[in-house]
Amino acid sequence: MTKQIIIPFGPQHPVLPEPIHLDLVLEDERVVDVIPSIGYIHRGFEKLVEKREFTEYVYIAERTCGICSFIHGMTYCQGIEKIMNIEVPERAVFLRTVWSEYSRMHSHLLWLGLFADSFGFENLFMNAWRIRERVLDVMEQTTGGRVIQGACKIGGVRRDISGEKLDEMKKGLDGIEKEIEGLTTVFLRDDSVRHRTKDVGVLSKEDAYHLGAVGPTARASGVDIDLRKTGYAAYGKLKLETITESGGDCYARCVVRSRELFTSMDIIRQAIGKIPEGPIDVKVTGTPNGEYFTRAEQPRGELVHYIKGNGTKFLVRSRIRTPTLTNIPPLIRMLQGCELADVPVIVLSIDPCISCTER
Amino acid sequence: MAFFEMVKTALRTVLNRPATILYPAEPAKKTALTRGHVTIDESKCISCGTCQRKCPSQALVVNKEEKTWQIDRLRCVVCNSCVDTCPVKCLFMDTQYSAPVTSRSVETVTITYVKPPKPEKKDEAAV
Repeated sequence: MTKQIIIPFGPQHPVLPEPIHLDLVLEDERVVDVIPSIGYIHRGFEKLVEKREFTEYVYIAERTCGICSFIHGMTYCQGIEKIMNIEVPERAVFLRTVWSEYSRMHSHLLWLGLFADSFGFENLFMNAWRIRERVLDVMEQTTGGRVIQGACKIGGVRRDISGEKLDEMKKGLDGIEKEIEGLTTVFLRDDSVRHRTKDVGVLSKEDAYHLGAVGPTARASGVDIDLRKTGYAAYGKLKLETITESGGDCYARCVVRSRELFTSMDIIRQAIGKIPEGPIDVKVTGTPNGEYFTRAEQPRGELVHYIKGNGTKFLVRSRIRTPTLTNIPPLIRMLQGCELADVPVIVLSIDPCISCTER
Repeated sequence: MAFFEMVKTALRTVLNRPATILYPAEPAKKTALTRGHVTIDESKCISCGTCQRKCPSQALVVNKEEKTWQIDRLRCVVCNSCVDTCPVKCLFMDTQYSAPVTSRSVETVTITYVKPPKPEKKDEAAV
């Protein structure tokens, strides 16, 4: 038997945007096992729910993650609205959908950049982030925040988007789409990208299902799950196609996210076309009494918020299950049997968001 | 195919203006809605303390006796909650980010609001 050695990967590693620690058990250059450990940036958000009023917790829920912040806030609001039986105005629901899709675009562009960076394609990384900046600009113009939008509140949204601005956003999407087309062509057709991603970190459909993969990681392995199909927010009224790939390797995950950018743009166009006039929020009175599991599709996969209230203005329990947490077991499976040099690419391919995971 | 795409991108980048801003020379991009930092109109504040209660990061302290309004800029998460809930609308959101600091400090503003005297009751005036 070859001698086994353990190489620590992380928590500080040039390729990792956030700290996760992986102990790689190697035989020569081949990874045979991986022992993950998390807990470097735990902030105790779930406990904080007992100390802040449920209306203020929206801001805290939103700060769980620095990338998919809007969807965290929206999911929390959805849960409280379900417990308190609040009917959210139609316009607010559509605005939430528009912002959700913009945050999905910005998250996927960010990921494409980081992914390119993980296999050393610096130029592509810069290009992806240049396009992302245009998406962030729209976010800032409409909500006031680049990454922490703070646009959601219980009972609706805090800001309205005027008709002219919506038209401008629709027109702006055409420009962004053209640039993204160029960017994704490079990702999907460039030989150097293919070399580093094709047949690397393969996850079979069975493994993806049994190990609980979610989001693009699962869809790249052929598991057809997309929470948007459940029709929360305004997704029920819009047409959307789920993008699945059968490869299950890093390239397939890249294809899924690249194509999802176009789905997002399509959803935004549909939503802007169908957005009704009317109020953007309703007055909220009373306190939540009851419990609810609320789910939404984040850029990384399925997000679950469990909320329990006891009739006071402080909630009793909040539990957030984020997509990266469930994507770690599939990641371990992907890493088993790969080469040491491919580890950064595979780790990045699940789009890890560790501050989400540890809350 | 992809090679030509990259050449196209490279040429466009060479010929166009840079995507970044030469920051101190050129001011940073700001929109009308940008959440920069919270400011107060101290002549309108009634020291009710609503902002302090609604602050999710506990950055605000309102002292009714000493008539002061304190903000810890490093604690403030610029969520706009205080601006939204202020009953007399004396808080505003400035679009400029707060200036960098070298140490933690609390900014104190003295409230200059004076409660207007109660208008005398009409029937008393008649007597």
